[in-house]
Amino acid sequence: MTRQPVILAFCCHYCAYAAADMAGSMRLQYPSNVRVLRFPCTGKIEENYLLAAFEKGVDGVLVAGCLEGGCHFLEGNLRARKRIQRVKQILAEIGIEPERLEMFNLSSAEGPRFAEIVKEMNDRVAPLGASPLRTSETRMENGIAEMAVQAEKAVQGGN
Amino acid sequence: MIVADRKKIPEIRDMVKDHNRVLVVGCGTCVTVCLAGGERETGIIGSALRMSLKLAGRESVVVHECTIERQCEDAFIDVLSQRVGDYDAVLSLGCGAGVQALAERFPKTAVYPGLNTQFMGILESQGVWAEKCAGCGNCRLGQYFGICPITRCSKRQLNGPCGSSRNGKCEVSDETDCAWQLIYDRAKSLDKVSMLESLAVPQDWSTSNDGGARKVVREDQCIAGMGPKA
Repeated sequence: MTRQPVILAFCCHYCAYAAADMAGSMRLQYPSNVRVLRFPCTGKIEENYLLAAFEKGVDGVLVAGCLEGGCHFLEGNLRARKRIQRVKQILAEIGIEPERLEMFNLSSAEGPRFAEIVKEMNDRVAPLGASPLRTSETRMENGIAEMAVQAEKAVQGGN
Repeated sequence: MIVADRKKIPEIRDMVKDHNRVLVVGCGTCVTVCLAGGERETGIIGSALRMSLKLAGRESVVVHECTIERQCEDAFIDVLSQRVGDYDAVLSLGCGAGVQALAERFPKTAVYPGLNTQFMGILESQGVWAEKCAGCGNCRLGQYFGICPITRCSKRQLNGPCGSSRNGKCEVSDETDCAWQLIYDRAKSLDKVSMLESLAVPQDWSTSNDGGARKVVREDQCIAGMGPKA
């Protein structure tokens, strides 16, 4: 892959999003190709959101939720983990490498860990090459922008 | 309810890949409740199908989704009548009855099943559905204290148990409850074990899948000129 992969990070408001913020405050370096979407909880992330990201042509998706046992909504992150397993299975059926999708857990105090996760995901996805589902950069970028708006609505208490 | 699960995406893709426009139709009744073919699953399967077709070099196939309230009743299929004409194939995420109802309603459109219909059953626990009824047409649950040996005994024994009931489980699998153990336990709790001493007569299978598809007719409900089809 000549360019860096585009990775979407589905982040829980209560942990990963705050950790990403901390990573920024700490001036930590991590791959700039990650796009962060904020969700009220990883339990809010439906299977079709993840599939929609791949359909729009992103190269990798990471879902970052609270540490197990530490979910603000008790078990949203545990549900997310199971859903991700199911989406991985669907991706395999379609012919997309399931490794392009992964779940991570971290706390809001782990800014450095967030930077590590992004790097780890980048190192994993880059060798797989560009997503074969990408049709155009514009379509993908518009799709990501649309998903970010939807995710933000969910944080604000909409659907 | 009728319980189903989805077919694998490659199987669905191969069924529809030679069409140009495919409408994925979900059903808002049983298959919504068993999380196989409701609105959410319709979105998931539609998205997965588009990606799969693209990777198979059939990006030109248009895939859209919609969900109707109930596929097994013509009145509810009405809402599709204007729309289906724009497609040359329908992928039904209903049970087998839904697929056939759509095929009957739209004779010029190819209709394919997106699910494998499994059985009539209940939600046993979150995410687990269990078969409870074989639809034999001659219910004898009263005789067996509410536990059906035809559906739940691996040997369909009406006079059980067999010799392979072990610790409440069936020899077929450690995960399969012995229906006859359940029947006995229930008879005991109702203080009716003595009822099991009488021999059960053989099942009359003529009410089951004998002589082709069955019909239930309620003459008092039939509208003149719209009775059962010959």
